Amino acid sequence: MAVKTQPVTVNLGPQHPSTHGVFRMRVMFDGEEIVDVEPVFGYLHRGSEKLAEERTYTQIVTLTDRMDYVSSMLNNQAYILAVEKLAGIEPSPRGVWLRMIAGELQRIASHLVATGFLLQDLGALGTPLIYSMRERENILDLFEMLCGARITNSYLRPGGVFMDAPGEFWPALDRGLDDIVRSIDDLETYLSGNEIVFSRTKGTAVLPQELLINASITGPMLRASGVDWDLRHRAPYDYYDRISFERKLHTASDNYARYWVRVQEARESVNIIRQCIDQIEPGPVRPSFDDVPRLIRPPSGDAYAAIEGSKGELGFYLVSDGGIAPYRMHVRSSSLINLTLLRDMLIGGQFGDLFVTFGSVDLNMGEVDR
Amino acid sequence: MIGLGLPRGFLITLKNFVRPPVTEQYPDRHVGLLGAAKEAGMNPVHFLFKRPGDSIKAIAGLATVPVAVTQSSRFRGNEFTFYEDRCTACASCAKYCPLGIIEIASVPGQIDAQEGESYKLEVFDIDIGRCMFCGLCVEACPYDALHMGTDFERSKYVRDELVITKEELFAAPKRPSAFYRPQFEEKRFDPFQETIDDYHNAGRHERPSDEELKRKWVDER
Ligand code: SF4
Ligand code: SF4
Repeated sequence: MAVKTQPVTVNLGPQHPSTHGVFRMRVMFDGEEIVDVEPVFGYLHRGSEKLAEERTYTQIVTLTDRMDYVSSMLNNQAYILAVEKLAGIEPSPRGVWLRMIAGELQRIASHLVATGFLLQDLGALGTPLIYSMRERENILDLFEMLCGARITNSYLRPGGVFMDAPGEFWPALDRGLDDIVRSIDDLETYLSGNEIVFSRTKGTAVLPQELLINASITGPMLRASGVDWDLRHRAPYDYYDRISFERKLHTASDNYARYWVRVQEARESVNIIRQCIDQIEPGPVRPSFDDVPRLIRPPSGDAYAAIEGSKGELGFYLVSDGGIAPYRMHVRSSSLINLTLLRDMLIGGQFGDLFVTFGSVDLNMGEVDR
Repeated sequence: MIGLGLPRGFLITLKNFVRPPVTEQYPDRHVGLLGAAKEAGMNPVHFLFKRPGDSIKAIAGLATVPVAVTQSSRFRGNEFTFYEDRCTACASCAKYCPLGIIEIASVPGQIDAQEGESYKLEVFDIDIGRCMFCGLCVEACPYDALHMGTDFERSKYVRDELVITKEELFAAPKRPSAFYRPQFEEKRFDPFQETIDDYHNAGRHERPSDEELKRKWVDER
């Protein structure tokens, strides 16, 4: 006998712990099946782009920290690249190496957070999340050594970084990298071969490749469908052209593939950091104040620079009118654009998979709303 | 469907179960008999006989010792360290702050024959309740008068008490952070153990001798 059901609309969020910030979804269910989703965002809007219009180019670095707060180093890097392009600043080599190391560490931390919370959403209450947070803690300790802060780093400055790494950073980094590799091995042993994870994530929320490309999705979500698109390889910024690394691709384009690509990328990042350590050269970490003054006045014009952030292409577009503050700053936030496929992923799926799918996008509301 | 994945996963969980915890208890750490004896600087047997009351408390898990939080010496904490004698009231810090939360007012002071005109600081308030500890003010200070602090406990019931005034800055313990101050790192200064009370020692140069000063400011003029 078929059970007679009636569609019902449920409000999920904005204060829901699984929404990675404050995000609201108006979901219509028919029994267990999702028939309609309406995402509502903007609860974390702080007007960073507007605030940037009345701050100097160095001061804006502190605003970028707070956009995607689980990968502030990468936000710093994308912003600084845009400023350097706009003002024609030649960065100091050692500063560039240092910011690449910091950026890759941040990518590992961000992927660990994404994996931990994905498993948390799956119902693995605590264990994987606590393990990945423990490893992330080591990375945050390294950041504290570098710049004195753990989350809101503000480490980068136009032309490099503000201060060289202290002596005790390098041995700690070596130890930390070994730990990270060991913990990724552990993570893979207890998750990548776990039958429960398989049955819950394989084949759910499959997205066709053309749809992903047409919606300009970037990052691990795109690579999980087999598209070889990584800006570090396609349009190398900083010194990524001197680094050789493998791009990890998966073809299934389901929740498991997205998880798998992140874990493998974290492993590749360790390789990249090792190569950076081999190639880093002594020297100043930022140009002298004669070359790059504190108060930068770029010539009028505009510049766009993008990096491969932890969530996809993260770009900053700056327009200058020749003053000390940008005329306009726009952020191409990967989280927001990756969120646009939410309806395609969820509709037709099961209620139990809703937050798993949502978590597999790996978005950060701080970056979506800015 | 059923394979080795789950048992292997549980082995990892078991391995982590016997690992020592990485979490820190805060603000106090509960210790057993051994920890309490170590804190008192005695061996456990000695401790048991000398201080039976404390021993029973320790065995019951009631003894606490303070936590030594390990922080980097570059830690950007609150309670800015400020050396009045180094400050020229130039207000670079106030101009560089992205939030504009430093308030400075100064009056012309006396004119010194050797060092020229100096300004007297009237107001130097930092509204630390809005501060984001970015350190840009410290980076901007040309005379190494303002340093980040290394403290992190400053909870107050009233917001107004979060404004650090000049007097409070003078009175605060001088434990400057090594953030943007490579001279402290070169000297291997540890802000969690020592203080720098003499303002001469906080600068980025060695303290000049009196002869050097005389040569520079009197003889060469
Ligand atoms: S640390 Fe940053 S926010 Fe705080 S007073 Fe200094 S410049 Fe302003
Ligand atoms: S920048 Fe330094 S010297 Fe100038 S007013 Fe601020 S604390 Fe004083």
